[in-house]
Amino acid sequence: MVDLNQLSDAIINGNAEVARSVTEQALKEGIEPIKIVNEYMIPAMNEVGRRYDCNEYFVPELLVAARAMKACLELVRPLLTGSGVKSAGRVVIGTVKGDLHDIGKNLVAAMLEGGGFEVIDLGVNVSPEKFVEAVRQNDANIVAMSALLTTTMPGMKTTIEALKQAGLRNKVKVLVGGAPITQKFADEIGADGYSENAPGAVSLAKKLLAA
Amino acid sequence: MHPFISELLNKKPVITDGAWGTQLQALGLNPGEVPDIWNLTNPEKVFHVAKSYVDAGSAVILTNTFGANRFRLAEAEDYSKKVREINKRGVEISLSAAGDRAYVFASIGPSGKILMMGDITADDLFFAFSEQAEAIANAGAHAIVIETMSDIEEAVIAVKAAKQTGLPVVACMVFDSGKDKDRTMMGNTPEEVAEKLINAGADIVGSNCGQGIETFVKICKRLYEASKRPVWIKPNAGLPQVVDGKAVYKVSPQDFAKYVPEIINSGAGFIGGCCGTNPYFISEIKRTIESMKSV
Repeated sequence: MVDLNQLSDAIINGNAEVARSVTEQALKEGIEPIKIVNEYMIPAMNEVGRRYDCNEYFVPELLVAARAMKACLELVRPLLTGSGVKSAGRVVIGTVKGDLHDIGKNLVAAMLEGGGFEVIDLGVNVSPEKFVEAVRQNDANIVAMSALLTTTMPGMKTTIEALKQAGLRNKVKVLVGGAPITQKFADEIGADGYSENAPGAVSLAKKLLAA
Repeated sequence: MHPFISELLNKKPVITDGAWGTQLQALGLNPGEVPDIWNLTNPEKVFHVAKSYVDAGSAVILTNTFGANRFRLAEAEDYSKKVREINKRGVEISLSAAGDRAYVFASIGPSGKILMMGDITADDLFFAFSEQAEAIANAGAHAIVIETMSDIEEAVIAVKAAKQTGLPVVACMVFDSGKDKDRTMMGNTPEEVAEKLINAGADIVGSNCGQGIETFVKICKRLYEASKRPVWIKPNAGLPQVVDGKAVYKVSPQDFAKYVPEIINSGAGFIGGCCGTNPYFISEIKRTIESMKSV
């Protein structure tokens, strides 16, 4: 019998190879995919987030853990589709127009994927129109916007306005983040949430969709 | 340490410059435009920023080449093939603004990619930084500053590439993570950073950007103790605040300069400002240092 605690450990330690092979074996032994996800994989990612919060983990540990999680999810996800279990949500993510910074956005995208979200990454310098179109095409329920420049932050507000005009604002939750962004700014522009770090974005996204 | 730097530090603290990006924006640079391209398209405006710092009292000015590596330039149409030209012009502009009043330390910023995400390899990075450093050295810069680095691995590669030119090399990183905000994004402490950068060949280590000046006192002290050399310090003018949907830096030159004596007493050998600072900050730093000396 496979020891699924090894799976949790492998995710926490960012060992994608072990995580993947334990998952494969567990599936072969007929263990319910949903059980693997809910009882081992998600708690492992929660532990990663906890370690980040108390300074035991930093970005490199987050990245390898998210990568291990993603490797497992790729095996499990196809088996979940028939079972009435949906992905955590569908996220359209991008850095706003005029801003070419992608590191923060990439980290959040990686963590969201690790958190079980489907992520559509629009890249950098994304116009409000492009966000709107992507939400419509992909039937997304979250829009995540990043900005690193103080001069491009207003693009977040413009995008929220564009979503309103397109009649899509009530369909999506809007998350914002980036070095100059604050909770106050998020509130002012009418975003649904702000997180100052990547693991925070995952829990925030889950909380907002559950609400 | 490189003899040029030792000699320069005889007159420490050495006043460096303030922000370039925010100054160029005030002159019409649009958000999303890569500032370095202005070396070719708006050289007179770049010269204006450089000269404003020399006039304010900077003994060292940087160059408008922070993002002039092939990865960053590729984000703006197809300027990635103009690395040499953009760096050359950037150094020339600062040299002509400096005249015989200041030295030119050419800026090398991060690639914008993360090694461990697998976007690029260490070899790619080394090649790109070597290409930029060589162009800078050939144009006659007095030294190279590797700045705003978040990943120590990338910073080490940049230092090694810059050292090939024979120029003195300053290397500084951003400390803005962890609950005490004393780690890099990748979790490294000032001690780890100092050791790795010095081992890679940096003549001076330091910290820039990320936070306001009050948080730099402790970091400066730790870098000084770990590197046993005068430290390079360039803080932001605080964090931007949002007023009517626009971001503004609220820290005044006077508020900023209040911390300068403490920073210098904590081991800083070079002092200037990063995002949100301007020539007024440099004048105020100069005034503060002069009054320290006269006491």
